Amino acid sequence: MNTQLLLIQVFNGLVNGAFYALLSLGLAVIFGMLRIVNFMHGALYMLGAFTAFALGQAFGLGFWPSLILAPIIVALLGMVLERTLLSRLYGLDPSYNLLLTFGLTLLTQDLVKQVMLSQYAVSSAPYTPPAALAGVVNLGFVVFPKYRLFVIALSLVLCLLTWFVIEKTRVGAIIRASTENPGVTRAFGIDVGKWVTGVFGVGVGLAGLAGVLAAPIYSVEPYMGSELIITTFAVVVIGGLGSILGSVVTGFAVGVLAAVGAAIYPPIANTLVFILMALVLLVRPSGLFGLPEGTR
Amino acid sequence: MQKKTLTALLSTAALAAVTVALAQSAKLSDNVVRVGVLTDLSGVYSELSGQGSVKAAQMAAADFMAQNPSFKGKVQVIGVDHQNKADVASNKAAEMIDRQNVDMLVDLPTSSAALAASEIAKQKKIPALVVTGGTTALTNEKCNKYTFHYAYDNYMLANGTGTAVTKRGGNSWYIIYPNYAFGQDLNKQMVAAITENGGKIVAPSDATPFPNTDFSSYLLKAQGLKPKVFGTMQAGADLVNVVKQYNEFGLRQQGIGLGIGLLFETDVAALGQDAYAGALATVPWYWNMDQRARDWAAKFEKAFGKKPTWAQAGTYSATMTYLQAVARAKTDNGDAVVKALEGHRFSDFFARNASIRPQDHRVLLDVYTVQVKPKAQAKENGDYFNRVATIPAARAFQPLSESKCKM
Repeated sequence: MNTQLLLIQVFNGLVNGAFYALLSLGLAVIFGMLRIVNFMHGALYMLGAFTAFALGQAFGLGFWPSLILAPIIVALLGMVLERTLLSRLYGLDPSYNLLLTFGLTLLTQDLVKQVMLSQYAVSSAPYTPPAALAGVVNLGFVVFPKYRLFVIALSLVLCLLTWFVIEKTRVGAIIRASTENPGVTRAFGIDVGKWVTGVFGVGVGLAGLAGVLAAPIYSVEPYMGSELIITTFAVVVIGGLGSILGSVVTGFAVGVLAAVGAAIYPPIANTLVFILMALVLLVRPSGLFGLPEGTR
Repeated sequence: MQKKTLTALLSTAALAAVTVALAQSAKLSDNVVRVGVLTDLSGVYSELSGQGSVKAAQMAAADFMAQNPSFKGKVQVIGVDHQNKADVASNKAAEMIDRQNVDMLVDLPTSSAALAASEIAKQKKIPALVVTGGTTALTNEKCNKYTFHYAYDNYMLANGTGTAVTKRGGNSWYIIYPNYAFGQDLNKQMVAAITENGGKIVAPSDATPFPNTDFSSYLLKAQGLKPKVFGTMQAGADLVNVVKQYNEFGLRQQGIGLGIGLLFETDVAALGQDAYAGALATVPWYWNMDQRARDWAAKFEKAFGKKPTWAQAGTYSATMTYLQAVARAKTDNGDAVVKALEGHRFSDFFARNASIRPQDHRVLLDVYTVQVKPKAQAKENGDYFNRVATIPAARAFQPLSESKCKM
């Protein structure tokens, strides 16, 4: 493969990378603070896409309002679930929450499937990108859909914003402190519990937002998150559990790796990320950007 | 003396067993013919077959009973989900036959699952009529006495579409296919049909993971290769994603046409027909091809609430053909029904000028190469296709001389 083709695929990989980055970022934030492995993340991503579709069907809302509203709806739902269900299991072994969120995933998928079939008589639905972003643009080395460029740009902005909030603001300092040592943070008079629900909402909202972004590219269907979540978990493991920077960088890197892999030898495209995960676990079990457990 | 008695006793017992077997085969097992619709009730092919196929088989059963008042016995339809997995199909098929006493299997989407179920049908000696599965292995190296391939197969698709597109000037191709039995087979057939007609393959076909959602890598590769036709052998939800992204990347505007291996009406409905406009495909039937087809489609729509796909129409036709064979054989014994099916000639609303080839159990019928028309040309809802060619039954399928089937 020549350099130009390689460059095209690297560029193309950034689109999928953007989705991995947004999803694993949310997972990292949630895991960092709550020590919850949120298996439901893929279903909430799907719910973001479905909400955008349903808002369009019910109220005629287009892409832009849905891009704001759908993630908020998903975040609110997430917060309700956190308060009513997840919070009950905090004292127990993490596997309980894994099972709970897995169960919620199955429930959400089947509910959406039923609603789509009964309300709209489809099992998957198309979603059109906004008119301003329809069509392609010639970048010189490649003709590329405008919408996909927008996805890369927006997700980069969001990732930077999240990083900024967590690393440079007072809110971020509280979140980081609660993550590092909840006991000491409480001793400073900060109500850690109060922040937990909000952080969960933000993490889940990011998944919902990724879902809305994905709707115009893929078909909106109940199982659209189930493949993605597995890759996203691999991304989180490679990047290092709970590491914000790790999840973003690894997200984009894995997207690029899969795209280049698909162009060179397609059968290996979806496997590459897991090979990488196995290698990272062998050499650096805490992930590329994670600190070993003992030093936390 | 003792030895003689024993021999006599044994031979009497054997004779009795034979008599019992004969007596049983001379009528319906437990007075009910059970039609087993083994299909995808939950996955990517559930919309094009699934519950609609079960409904179609039920309609066939009811119509058969109405048309044959003298038929002694009942017909029952059982629908089971095989989840498009070969191992599940295998287990479910065995369970349906052993526990629910089904007398035949029909529909069978997903080639790998169809092959697995066909193997069970052979072991249990009951007919399997594959409608929605496409692999030509069913009538070649994996053929058996009990399996019939009903509506279409990959040879028919490739022969119809590959030939038509290439002859109409689309003579350079880049193909992607899903990496499982169906896709691998269809790619092979398509490449053969294109090269035989003087077309060329500009780069080796790419096997994509199955299922898959993102096809951008291959679309960008096509953009660089600039073939006249981008051939997609994906089916169901995968095909919908390919076509959606084909439009998104603007390949049509860049002069790269779309060639589709296997197209169902539900795929067109999922994106709207403009996304497919101009693409050629080959189908065994479509609902508005003539009045006879329309009449049946109207009945189906009334019963099911949606227009039928050709897979569902094919399942009705296959079920009816099977039941009529049971009536002719006067038994639902597998061997007897197979004999009644072999060489049978018929023509119904679905299968025109049809016959069942005894040597490999390929059901031959007229098929149609169609072009998807733009929405602006559609005269009514669901009016998707312009007929480009009718391929007569005798030329639509793999010639017997090329078949690798040994029964």
